[in-house]
Amino acid sequence: MYILSNTVNASNFVHGVDKAFFLIMGISFVFLIGLTFTMLYFVYKYNNKRNPVATQIKGSTKLEIIWTIIPTILVMVMFYYGWAGWAPMRTAPKDTFNITITGRMWNYTFQYENGKNTDTLYVPLNKAVKMKLISLDVIHGFYIPAFRIKEDVVPGREKMAWFIPEREGQFELFCSEYCGMNHSYMYTYVKVLPQDQFNKWYADTLKHVETAVDSPTATGKRIMKNIGCFACHTVDGTKLVGPSLKGVYGHPVTVTTNGTDREITADDEYIRRSVYDPNADIVKGFNKGLMVSYKGQLKEDDIKQIIEYLKSLK
Amino acid sequence: MQTATPVPHDVSYLDYQGKYKGIFAWIFSTDHKRIALLYLYSMMTMFTVGVLLGLAMKLELIAPGRTIMGPQTYNSLFTVHGVIMIFMIVIPGLPAVFGNFMLPIMIGAKDVAFPRINLMSWYFYVAGAFLVLASVLFGNGTPDTGWTFYAPYSFKTGTNLLPAIFGAFILGFSSILTGLNFIVTIHRMRAPGMTWFKMPLFPWSLYGTAWIQLLATPVVGITLVLVALERIFGIGVFDPALGGDPVLYQHLFWIYSHPAVYVMILPAMGAISEIIPTFSQKHIFGYKAIIASTLAIAFVGYFVWGHHMFTSGMSGTAQYTFSVLTFLVAIPSAIKVFNWISTMHKASINPDIPFLWAISFIFVFMIGGFSGLVLGALATNVYVHDTAFVVAHFHFIVFGGVGFSFFGAIHYWFPKMFGRMYDKVWAKVGWAFFFVGFLTLYSPMFYLGMMGMPRRYYDYLPEFHAANILSSLGSWVMTFGLLIIVINLFRSAKNGAIAPMNPWNGKTLEWTVPSPPPVENYEEIPVYGEKDGPYEY
Ligand code: HEC
Ligand code: HEM
Ligand SMILES: [Cu+2]
Ligand SMILES: [Cu+2]
Repeated sequence: MYILSNTVNASNFVHGVDKAFFLIMGISFVFLIGLTFTMLYFVYKYNNKRNPVATQIKGSTKLEIIWTIIPTILVMVMFYYGWAGWAPMRTAPKDTFNITITGRMWNYTFQYENGKNTDTLYVPLNKAVKMKLISLDVIHGFYIPAFRIKEDVVPGREKMAWFIPEREGQFELFCSEYCGMNHSYMYTYVKVLPQDQFNKWYADTLKHVETAVDSPTATGKRIMKNIGCFACHTVDGTKLVGPSLKGVYGHPVTVTTNGTDREITADDEYIRRSVYDPNADIVKGFNKGLMVSYKGQLKEDDIKQIIEYLKSLK
Repeated sequence: MQTATPVPHDVSYLDYQGKYKGIFAWIFSTDHKRIALLYLYSMMTMFTVGVLLGLAMKLELIAPGRTIMGPQTYNSLFTVHGVIMIFMIVIPGLPAVFGNFMLPIMIGAKDVAFPRINLMSWYFYVAGAFLVLASVLFGNGTPDTGWTFYAPYSFKTGTNLLPAIFGAFILGFSSILTGLNFIVTIHRMRAPGMTWFKMPLFPWSLYGTAWIQLLATPVVGITLVLVALERIFGIGVFDPALGGDPVLYQHLFWIYSHPAVYVMILPAMGAISEIIPTFSQKHIFGYKAIIASTLAIAFVGYFVWGHHMFTSGMSGTAQYTFSVLTFLVAIPSAIKVFNWISTMHKASINPDIPFLWAISFIFVFMIGGFSGLVLGALATNVYVHDTAFVVAHFHFIVFGGVGFSFFGAIHYWFPKMFGRMYDKVWAKVGWAFFFVGFLTLYSPMFYLGMMGMPRRYYDYLPEFHAANILSSLGSWVMTFGLLIIVINLFRSAKNGAIAPMNPWNGKTLEWTVPSPPPVENYEEIPVYGEKDGPYEY
């Protein structure tokens, strides 16, 4: 159970949240058990076999006052602890490590200040991390249970979340707001690394991008995987939310442009347009508005690599 | 009723032969009792569909990965399940069935104030239900937005959403008309001598509910119209791609849908407030305190909608204000529980089947309420919002609350409604399976939510498997209990032993008319004297 197990103190918020949780659950259990047993005791003691004639009591102002005031005090205590555990989530400290998180159907991508892009969230231990939350299509939920944080990622609004990871390890990161077909597959991991390891990773992977990789199409495939194209497209001919990309390149496709159907050949320019301005030509039989532009997320160079990869999918 | 010849008083509403024959004697009838049964049967039909969808979801979730369906199907299932259960079962709920049947009798009237509008509200119900079913069966794909229709996904999805939205819109009218009818009936048609504070608690709860139906439902009506316009014409109120604001949609939606929770639960509490004194053979404890708490819930309930949106984006001040108000609205519910339990003190309790439903209602309702405190506190809300914890919470409150109360009420009033008694042994067996199954089905979801499993998840990580298996097993046990209950009632409505006029020795007015009641309920309108009251044992 998360709330009891090794995620204790995984982030700076865990303590405050769990304290409120235990307090509310504790008081609730006392009342639940107390009231249930009182009720069962009455049912037993005042059963009509044991007590054939009821004593008519219509009420008691004193009792009504007591059981209005005591619960009021208790819930105000609960409110206070709930507030106290939550208030720090609202304001991030000044000196933070910044990451931009982009949600789209159905993956998150993480963009670092040095230009790095990943599909897993890497963060340095014991350092305040501040995240800018952006959605490109519908509402998503940025949720790391182990850290006790959640914030909806709303298109058209820039949201913020922050935390200090206080425990090394790997934790789950879910999308908590329903966002369509593959909502339940929109999860990834947070990896908390000690500062020195983190620094190494931060610099090291930069080099990887620059050096050429084994086969000419592998880069394109890796870019597509990291940015999450395969949530909607397959490369084996089966149709998901979007058309399969198998055998698209160099072949004719029927698209709807501004309401009229036309047939065009999928060349470099078409693929480029499909990624940067997907709603210009809608492939017949598919829905508009699902795929949103990758402008700003993928560079011209990345597109070239993707095209190389798509060419290989005969 | 405007029949020219007076209706004979010795003919029950079930046997009465009017102008129309066969099924038309029912669907053209303006008798509040027949309309109540029309609602009962149509709601049972929809409930069967809703339960089957729930079972299919639980079967899918019995193992990670694909079990019997794909993700798109699962998403459609929880959408249709939610729409049916909320808009067609628990919102009409007790008012449509027991309110229609019992309200006029309990306050000593011959019918509701507007019998034809009453029938019309049932027509609206049926039209709405057909539209929702049409969205399932026709067009390009069953809606997959969830019952909340959140923007902007509700504009992106290619599925057949419009009929479902219009269906919900029309169901809203049905609810408004019922509310209007009840308010007028209660104001104008109480028996002579029945002052406000001599009115039984079930009519009181219907009164509080009716105001919510009347004032809050138009908000969701407008909101749904805006969604439809946005989908058809792209008017750009909610869609950020057109400059709209998706969070505005959530505000509008919950301004209705939170008070709607009280539309569901207040009448349920009202029915419990009738059952407990009858089976305790004792005056209800704190009659006025229960009324005051009903009105307090109905009023404060308007101002807490923001607790559904703590992670959506609001100012800090708005957030803690909504949190405080949410805690305040919990207090009147607690007061009711204290008063119910105190009614049992020094009582003479007949632990018969309606009473079993009532005390199990109190138990599950407390669990639902306490988990609501977790959701009302800011820190813990952020943690478990949009997880299985919330699914458990609302099933405990809405299904536990409304469902247990509904079954309690039907076992309580059944002899009056059908003039026959059901088999009590089978009724108890059904209750036991249902109760155990219910706890097994929904309790694991609290645990799953605390582990971090989000809601509306078609698939899940292996660590969530064990609790999901348990929950799925529970769904079968509960459905088995449900079957026993329903079969028992169906058979007894035809063949049960003839029921006396007042089988439970109740003191409210419905027990003074024959079982089943004659067409116009009373030959002579009853008069409440100085000493009379609904709970004077
Ligand atoms: C949210 C789901 C989704 C994601 C993620 C997505 N697409 Fe698409 N894609 C679609 C849909 C739907 C269509 C068809 C409608 C259209 O043409 O806009 C499409 C069409 C295409 C087409 C045209 C295919 C054809 O048959 O003509 C290409 C090429 C394409 N996408 C490439 C990509 C690439 C590359 C990525 C990742 C950078 C990506 N898509 C990510 C949903 C998606
Ligand atoms: C046999 C009985 C039932 C079963 C097995 C069942 C099961 C479920 C399941 C598995 C979900 C989906 C949870 C998720 O994936 O997040 C769900 C959602 C829901 N259920 Fe039930 N349920 C039952 C009865 C009811 C009743 C009586 C109500 C009425 C109050 C109800 C109201 C809802 C609502 C509103 C949702 C949310 C739908 C959404 O997310 O849009 N359910 N139920
Ligand atoms: Cu999601
Ligand atoms: Cu609410």
